[in-house]
Amino acid sequence: MILQLKNIKRVFSINQSKLEVLRDISLDVKTGEIISIVGASGCGKSTLLKIISGLDTATAGEVYVDNKKIVKPSQKEVGIIFQEPRLFPWSTVEKNIEFGISAKLPKIKKKRIIEEHINLVGLNGFEKALPSQLSGGMQQRVSIARTLINRPKVLLLDEPFGALDAFTRINMQQEVLKIWQFEKTTMILVTHDIDEAIYLGDRVVVMSSKPGVIKKIIPVELPRPRDRTDGDFAYLRKKVYSEFFENQKVSSEYYI
Amino acid sequence: MNILKIKEKIILILIAAVIPIFAVAVWQVTSNEGLVNKSILPGPDKIIEAFRKMIQKGTYKKHILASLGRVLKGFLIGSSAGLIIGISAGLFKRVNQVLAAVIGMLRPVPPIACIPFLILWLGIDEESKVAVIVIGSFWPVLLNTMHGIKSTEPKFLEVARVFEKNKLKILLKIIIPSAAPAIFTGLRLGISSAWTCVVTAEMIASSMGVGYLISYGRELAQPDTLFVGIISIGIIGLVIDSIVLKLQKVLLYWVALE
Ligand SMILES: Nc1ncnc2c1ncn2[C@@H]1O[C@H](COP(=O)(O)OP(=O)(O)O)[C@@H](O)[C@H]1O
Ligand SMILES: [Mg+2]
Repeated sequence: MILQLKNIKRVFSINQSKLEVLRDISLDVKTGEIISIVGASGCGKSTLLKIISGLDTATAGEVYVDNKKIVKPSQKEVGIIFQEPRLFPWSTVEKNIEFGISAKLPKIKKKRIIEEHINLVGLNGFEKALPSQLSGGMQQRVSIARTLINRPKVLLLDEPFGALDAFTRINMQQEVLKIWQFEKTTMILVTHDIDEAIYLGDRVVVMSSKPGVIKKIIPVELPRPRDRTDGDFAYLRKKVYSEFFENQKVSSEYYI
Repeated sequence: MNILKIKEKIILILIAAVIPIFAVAVWQVTSNEGLVNKSILPGPDKIIEAFRKMIQKGTYKKHILASLGRVLKGFLIGSSAGLIIGISAGLFKRVNQVLAAVIGMLRPVPPIACIPFLILWLGIDEESKVAVIVIGSFWPVLLNTMHGIKSTEPKFLEVARVFEKNKLKILLKIIIPSAAPAIFTGLRLGISSAWTCVVTAEMIASSMGVGYLISYGRELAQPDTLFVGIISIGIIGLVIDSIVLKLQKVLLYWVALE
């Protein structure tokens, strides 16, 4: 197991009152596996990724990457891609990617691996461009290159394509698969796009909210590349949807 | 393309010159017709004549250089102090807390109000004048730097944590560039305040400089000299500001693109 989540609980205190955002999240992830997480907005998906990355600390429970307990960010273990590319507007594509490099490397070696990663995400010719000169999809590619450059054992993606248009999104999903075929990176992908979850994931984790718990884990045993128009795909889509909407019904009744 | 651009530039300059040219023309005509008292408001021809004489005698250069030298010294000291203190206050909560009350109390005091005290303390020579400029350029640089540093995007700081960057790297690669536009605004306000301060200080106590030209012109009832001073302040102020703007375009290359 490359990643183990053990009974993760996260409680926020907001002016005296306590808000339980995550309860008893446990999950084992195999090396090279892609896990999709879907769930209503506010159910704690981002909080969970922050805990896995070491940016946030669980109130109870532990995260292990390669049997090492995560207590603070460690780019060799876990990389994270946010919904916004978070590139520095004052730095070129090259310089932004260089920011990801942690090790002290000779200049020539640095230049070479930056070039390699620019190739990997298909941005040849844009080395000297500023982020503002790139489209949203291209910016997200730079962000992916910046994180991949350290070869983290686990890659977390928090709604990485949520801000992109449908066409670019499908393109980026292809891109992620391509990278996965090369690197066999273990990934946790949070998305609100059920098709995306099934298209990329080996398993789809459905979460429900208040508190955020794992409601159901649906295995996706379709060979890659997957066909979105395929009958099995449609069946899985229906299965995920039904988990989702059952959950929605429950929570809306809760409010009434 | 290039010719079009040059044409556009020339047109812009002409448009900008319309009001000044018109004003000077009206001024000249009213002066010629004797509609205004020439001993109070001399015509443009008289002022140009006075200007020519001063250049010939070399006194004009002397006065301008004296003022510019003071501005440069004072601005360098004041803005450096503003930058250093501003960055420390923006970075360290404790420094900010220590400074908050002092800043709140001293900031509303106009630098010009300090001139009498500075003369008492530092004497009537260069030091007191430079000191006024230091104060005048210090505040805008300090306040804008503090503001810029504090408004660093927290999401960028999170990125730095993920990549395990040390404090120095974070300061140089994220915090300073984030604050750069605000710092630049501070420097721009600082230099213009420095220029205002030098003229005022020279008007109060000096034997040289543009401010001295003005008060000298008044004392000796030489309105043409006085106007040479006033017009010089405007033109030099404009030149300084356009240099700073050019510099800003080059140094803050990413801001224009956003
Ligand atoms: N630092 C924080 N302090 C207090 N509450 C927080 C904090 N971070 C997240 N929350 C709350 O936790 C819940 C889950 O947030 P989040 O993990 O961002 O949800 P999701 O990513 O699934 O939309 C939300 O109700 C949010 O308001
Ligand atoms: Mg989220």
